[in-house]
Amino acid sequence: MTERLLPTPSHTIGPFYGHALPFPDGGRVAPQGRPDAITLHGHVYDGEGRTVPDALLDFWQAAPDGSVTGAPGSMRRDPSTGGFAGRDGVGFTGFGRVPTDADGHYALHTLMPGNAGLPYISVCVFARGLTHHLFTRAYLADGTDPLLDALPAGRRGTLLAAGGPHRTYRFDIRLQGEGETVFLEFT
Amino acid sequence: MALTQSDIDVEIKDLQDAYDKAVAGGAPVEHHARRDYAPYRSSLLRHPKQPLVAVGGGDPETVELSGPVFGVTDITEHDSDLTLQHRGEPIGERMTVSGRLLDRDGRPVRGQLVEVWQANAAGRYAHLREQHPAPLDPHFTGVGRTLTDDHGRYAFTTVKPGPYPWGNHANAWRPAHIHFSVFGSAFTQRLVTQMYFPGDPLFRYDPILRSVTDEAARDRLVATYRHTLSRPGFSLGYEWDIVLDGPSATWIEEGRSA
Ligand SMILES: [Fe+3]
Repeated sequence: MTERLLPTPSHTIGPFYGHALPFPDGGRVAPQGRPDAITLHGHVYDGEGRTVPDALLDFWQAAPDGSVTGAPGSMRRDPSTGGFAGRDGVGFTGFGRVPTDADGHYALHTLMPGNAGLPYISVCVFARGLTHHLFTRAYLADGTDPLLDALPAGRRGTLLAAGGPHRTYRFDIRLQGEGETVFLEFT
Repeated sequence: MALTQSDIDVEIKDLQDAYDKAVAGGAPVEHHARRDYAPYRSSLLRHPKQPLVAVGGGDPETVELSGPVFGVTDITEHDSDLTLQHRGEPIGERMTVSGRLLDRDGRPVRGQLVEVWQANAAGRYAHLREQHPAPLDPHFTGVGRTLTDDHGRYAFTTVKPGPYPWGNHANAWRPAHIHFSVFGSAFTQRLVTQMYFPGDPLFRYDPILRSVTDEAARDRLVATYRHTLSRPGFSLGYEWDIVLDGPSATWIEEGRSA
């Protein structure tokens, strides 16, 4: 067995990523005009139930056909102005990024993932005060699932997005305390 | 009553001593920052109290074993040169920062996105909510991005950021640093961190750096000055390699996690 390198430690994203990491159309993963687009949205809360206005969420998911190869073009740049050009409106990159707003709310417009088993969107949470990002999953349907089935009954619901009108799914993230979201580690 | 630096110093020392003692007694080395690190006050209400739930090794259907990809359309040439993004030259000590993006087996992570952001030479971010009364530089935004090459290498041209004060406690100062956001070949390898400069006298006082309780791990966040990377008459060279944690699809294919 070879000697494995030691990892670079993680650090907080801090308060001042807002002019650096978010990009136009970061939350519009679904190509324009798709009637089957869905919206995943919710609030991020801290340990006292207050909304977190300075979190950044990265999303990764399978394409509707189940492929997990992704595609470039999430943050297309305009070589003439140096600014962002937005997505091309056609392709599906599988990647989204949304900062929470002043009310601690986020919304991701995407297509239903076609991964094997229950459909889910993987979420990576960053925030000021969070020294190491947190992974979780927003499941868009309930049923048999190796992860969900292994959770204590009282915590399972924290990973289930609640279906609402107009193809919306509500998924709140509680960083700490009552109803704390299940966060994951990949081994 | 505002906390003083000496209050924070005592907390940092107690946590450091407890960690060092535990490791000497056989406890595992902690390679990452503590999520619950009281001297960094903002962490108090923002860390989970329940243990993380392990998602089992080796299920090839785990979506997180793959990850987003980026390409030539996602960057422009100027994105990696933070001194060229405005009509004039930014003030400050010009430098080049480069290194390799690797997985824990030492394999280069190719074609992946590296994003950076930083304060200007006076220690001020070009962010509207930034209150530090140091001058803004009209020729510096302090944001860059690039893709790693076939050897996993990235490179940025920029100016050295200044240290800056922050509100954790009275007289709190962050050591000079550049924020990095990087992607691996799997979503599990995602990393956001900060790179520091060698010999900064502020290291010992900074609760964010000290939230990494292992000294050797902290040292991995500090770049190395490389004279061979300095460009004559132009810039000083710093080298900093980034090693990503977490399993990936390739790792599973090779039977590593079974
Ligand atoms: Fe900073």
